[in-house]
Amino acid sequence: MANTLRPYLTAVRSTLSAAMCLDNFSSQVVERHNKPEVEARMSKEVLLAPVVISRNENERVLIEASVNAVRVSIKIKQADDPERLLCHKFTRFLTQRAESFVVLRRKPVEGYDISFLITNVHTEQMYKHKLVDFILQFMEDVDKEISEMKLSINARARIVAETYLGQFIN
Amino acid sequence: MASAATPADIQQIVSVPISAHAYNKDRTKVAIVPNSNEVHIYDKGPDGWVLSDTLKEHGQLVTSVDWAPTTNRLVTCSQDRNAYVWNWNATKRRWDPDLVLLRINRAATCVRWSPAENKFAVASGAKTVSVCYYEEENKWWVSKHIKKPIKSTVLAIDWHPNNLLLAAGSADMTVRVYAAYIKEVDSKGSAAPWAEGRLTFAALLAEYDTGALGWAHSVAFSPSGGLLAWTSHGSSASIADPVSKQVETVRYGGLPLVSSVWLNEDAIVAAGHDCYPVLVARRSGRWEYIDKLDQQTKRAPSAALGSLAMNRFRQMDSKAQQGKEDTDLQSVHQNTITEIVRLSDDRAHVSAFSTAGVDGRIVRWEVKGF
Repeated sequence: MANTLRPYLTAVRSTLSAAMCLDNFSSQVVERHNKPEVEARMSKEVLLAPVVISRNENERVLIEASVNAVRVSIKIKQADDPERLLCHKFTRFLTQRAESFVVLRRKPVEGYDISFLITNVHTEQMYKHKLVDFILQFMEDVDKEISEMKLSINARARIVAETYLGQFIN
Repeated sequence: MASAATPADIQQIVSVPISAHAYNKDRTKVAIVPNSNEVHIYDKGPDGWVLSDTLKEHGQLVTSVDWAPTTNRLVTCSQDRNAYVWNWNATKRRWDPDLVLLRINRAATCVRWSPAENKFAVASGAKTVSVCYYEEENKWWVSKHIKKPIKSTVLAIDWHPNNLLLAAGSADMTVRVYAAYIKEVDSKGSAAPWAEGRLTFAALLAEYDTGALGWAHSVAFSPSGGLLAWTSHGSSASIADPVSKQVETVRYGGLPLVSSVWLNEDAIVAAGHDCYPVLVARRSGRWEYIDKLDQQTKRAPSAALGSLAMNRFRQMDSKAQQGKEDTDLQSVHQNTITEIVRLSDDRAHVSAFSTAGVDGRIVRWEVKGF
């Protein structure tokens, strides 16, 4: 597993570092506005071609860059129903607290589980390489978290079943 | 030829990003934009820069500032669609603003004084370049527009040394050279080799498509004005020769370069998202990427790290991280360099330049061996 994870994360890391070269860019459509062009989508020439990096059919990252913002969307691995449920609960928990996460988007892009929106304001306030580290750390942790939760659900189910069925033994 | 630039003076002026900076003639004062609607002027003191003035007139982020060396005037432009010319009022000991009639309805992005300092140009998101000059009868700065055929925000401008031509690089992935001859203030001059015959204002003299290389972040005329260089988002620097009509593009392996200056006819220093300046030079007739100029020595790895080789491999495997996990970068600037300015009056033999970055630092670099 580790040998497919490494090239995957390397590809995400280098794409993110290249995509995160952001400038302060005022809207050229609406007067005195300054908004992430990747969300506003009002000027085609300041958007870059989106990049999809896939590890397999259920794990991929979509990186959409523009002149002043980059949107990173992650499709988390979901092999079976418990994982699907856990992933849904987990991302819901995070997106409801999006404002304390700063770079998290409230709603994921369609077809993905969770999206981040990094604007030039974020790259000005934080170290860019640390932001990249954060996204990669998140990608790694979320898989770990979900598989741990799945294990504990299974263990709990086993205990519950044992206790429940135990009463019929005597 | 051993050529190097050493960071002679590193100043952490503010803790916020510096969007733009400009020096006065003798480099005893620097105007910086601390990523806000203000411009701060610092005086050189015995132990570093000291804040001496704050220019507050703009309503939104100031995007660019330029200091005219001879006339000692500042010009600033902002995303609030305005530009101001600041004159030093010696009796009241303060900078007095003069509003410029820009007549644009989107953010101004870049402003530059012309070499003769009788006019300046303002690039804007209104897909125009306003060339401004002082109208004596009405006592204000008025502007003339260059509009065609710009299709997107103009990101960078630069004046030709002859005061008559203007280069504009824009987000529509094109670099253009215009005649910026204004009959009210300019005397006639030759604009060879870019143009022949009479110049008319806003005449398009050359147009270069950066193609797949993206937005043009900076443009710069060579010291003689015979060449035009620009850097684009596709991590490249291009040099155009109007005589041979050839464009040489130097690809660079790092992140995009957003600002550039010529050191002499054969060398360009550019910097941007990689946090260090790089040298692009002409060697035996061909332009090539030479090296980065920030040769910071790597800090000795701590003993703990050496013994934990296992950890290092694990980190490389799980996070695709090469070096040790550390916040500090191995460069003088710790974040994107936003602007490079020349620190020599002699354009053809630049011996020092200054860089300002998102990390709030201003670094003076001494150039040797060119």
